[in-house]
Amino acid sequence: MKNNKKLVINTAWCKGCGICSAFCPKQVLEVKAKVKIVNLDACIYCGQCEMRCPDYAIYLEDTNNDA
Amino acid sequence: MASKLIDKYMREDHLPHIWCPGCGHGILMRNVAKAIDNLGINQEKVCLVSGIGCAARAAGYMDFQTMHTTHGRAIAFATGVKMARPDLEVIVIAGDGDIAAIGGNHLIHAARRNINITVIVFNNDIYGMTGGQYSPTTPTGDYGTTAPYGNLDRPFDIGLLAAAAGASYSAKGTCYHVPQTIKLIEDGIKHKGFALIDCLGVCPTYYGRKNKKGGAVEMLTRQKENMITAEQAYKLPIHERESKVILGKIAENDFPEFTEEYQKIIDRLVKQNG
Ligand SMILES: Cc1ncc(C[n+]2csc(CCOP(=O)(O)OP(=O)(O)O)c2C)c(N)n1
Ligand code: SF4
Repeated sequence: MKNNKKLVINTAWCKGCGICSAFCPKQVLEVKAKVKIVNLDACIYCGQCEMRCPDYAIYLEDTNNDA
Repeated sequence: MASKLIDKYMREDHLPHIWCPGCGHGILMRNVAKAIDNLGINQEKVCLVSGIGCAARAAGYMDFQTMHTTHGRAIAFATGVKMARPDLEVIVIAGDGDIAAIGGNHLIHAARRNINITVIVFNNDIYGMTGGQYSPTTPTGDYGTTAPYGNLDRPFDIGLLAAAAGASYSAKGTCYHVPQTIKLIEDGIKHKGFALIDCLGVCPTYYGRKNKKGGAVEMLTRQKENMITAEQAYKLPIHERESKVILGKIAENDFPEFTEEYQKIIDRLVKQNG
């Protein structure tokens, strides 16, 4: 299956609460001071991180149009 | 730089918001945007009204017609807007202090009146903005700056209170259960009559710290692990229910709606008097 989503981080808005990495089912993320992608290959693009990020600092972007 | 949803429904020049790291208000505010987006309501036709508190700041961040009013009085302002412009989708966002302490009387009477507005409570069990005083939803025995030896009062269940006061729709959401809470908000907005969605919040800074509940992750995990459905919860004796996180609908009824009944009187009198 061709993936048409991209995981985007807006570091400037991240407050480092750790919610995204705690509820990511595939350990894709790590939060020290700010969120960082540590294992993009494992990402299943489920959007668990986006829906619970209180700061809108991580989200999935559709890359459909440039496919 | 933000997702399409945030781009469309938030005033990005006001972001990042001032809420603390891990504050559940950010999750709930996105849920409100997502619910409105799913319903496809014209953004210009939404009037978002809030009072005062951390939760109430949502009216500054969300890009609708917005009113940031006075503490406890959001429902009174919202009632005025709805009476003048019944065509608008009027939504109130409020904290538990705002809606159930100082604003408690407005809440019960708007519910009784069954006016078609939707109230979304960001219920974090504490007064966040003013520094962690206990609120009407702080569980018995929990700590706040005004309850250094533990809270003596029993908490309100705001969802149950609204339903008992006559709200024709009442539901309970959480910060953890995002898709379910979005759906409950959608149904509340669609519902004709007074609708309240009591969403369990997360205030790691005051409620979490005062009560040794850990940070946002631990507080969200507790919501996940202690969740039971509203259907199950309200069959339990109250002392067993109180430690649970309740998700689902409490009431969904078809009662006469206030602005429609009011219009009927106008129509009747106009007809009578020529
Ligand atoms: C008339 C009046 N009384 C008291 C206050 C002080 N005050 C501001 S916000 C607040 C309560 C905030 O708690 P809550 O509504 O639960 O929202 P939160 O900050 O937790 O989101 C209080 C008592 C005020 N602004 N106006
Ligand atoms: S004090 Fe509590 S409610 Fe207010 S922004 Fe901080 S975490 Fe959120």
